[in-house]
Amino acid sequence: MEHFGFIFASYLVTLVIIGAISIWLVLDYRAQKHALAALEARGVRRRSTKSNQATVKMESGS
Amino acid sequence: MSWFTDLANPTRFLNLTARLLPWLWGLSLLVLVVGFYMAFFEAPEDYQQGQTIRIMFIHVPFAWLAMAAYGLMALSSIGTLVWKHPLADVSAKALAPLGAAFALICLLTGSFWGKPMWGTWWVWDARLTSMLVLFLMYLGLIALWSAVEDPIRAGKAAAVLTLVGSINLPIIKYSVDWWNTLHQPASVFRFDGPTIHVSMLIPLLLTAIGMTILFLALHMFAMRTEILRRRVRTLTLMEASQAGAQ
Repeated sequence: MEHFGFIFASYLVTLVIIGAISIWLVLDYRAQKHALAALEARGVRRRSTKSNQATVKMESGS
Repeated sequence: MSWFTDLANPTRFLNLTARLLPWLWGLSLLVLVVGFYMAFFEAPEDYQQGQTIRIMFIHVPFAWLAMAAYGLMALSSIGTLVWKHPLADVSAKALAPLGAAFALICLLTGSFWGKPMWGTWWVWDARLTSMLVLFLMYLGLIALWSAVEDPIRAGKAAAVLTLVGSINLPIIKYSVDWWNTLHQPASVFRFDGPTIHVSMLIPLLLTAIGMTILFLALHMFAMRTEILRRRVRTLTLMEASQAGAQ
């Protein structure tokens, strides 16, 4: 294939850049999930989460 | 407009996108596989460009998407400044790295095409330079969001800068008409219809649709991460204030 090197390089840089940004997004998402879980494990919760839990407790009569 | 206000609730947005994302990943993969199969095995080589036409099946969609991402950022910025939609600046912030990546791919693949076809990696013509400016604007906006700690203040400042920078979009689009450039004029989105043969146009549109779906999925995913980041920040501040009160 004529100019194979240029075509291959184009597809390679595209794969590398899309792959890199996808991996970065996944790692960032996981880091935020872990940080949120750690905070909630220490008893720090948003008001909406607390009120939802209170509502569930009231509805179940506990 | 009820769906628009419904989405103002981040929890509802997280639930909706959790259901949508697997379908979007699958659909983009399917369309891209068919599109690239046609691009490599069914589209003929160009009478002038030869086999380098294969580069166009990634270069052109990423050029469109780099501009579309900025257009979406400009719309999100209006949402931030006018309607104060809670997810507008989340959307804009999530778009910046994606737009930067797409603009970089457009510039690099254009360079890989330019060397064998034009005999040079780069020329300072209006189309290439305005695309480089778009890439630099994305980097500037990412830097601005990183520099300001409060996400609300950062979002407002970035929204103003984004709207000012949106003047670059028509410059990129019409640069090939307004100035004498080495870059060829538009060949798909034209008033008199596309000038590309249908055997190349169909795989080009398929790869463009596949990449657009992938872009939407990545954007939603990045927005989910940003919502979680803001929750982490809020809870960290709450924890610190509770510790200070004790």
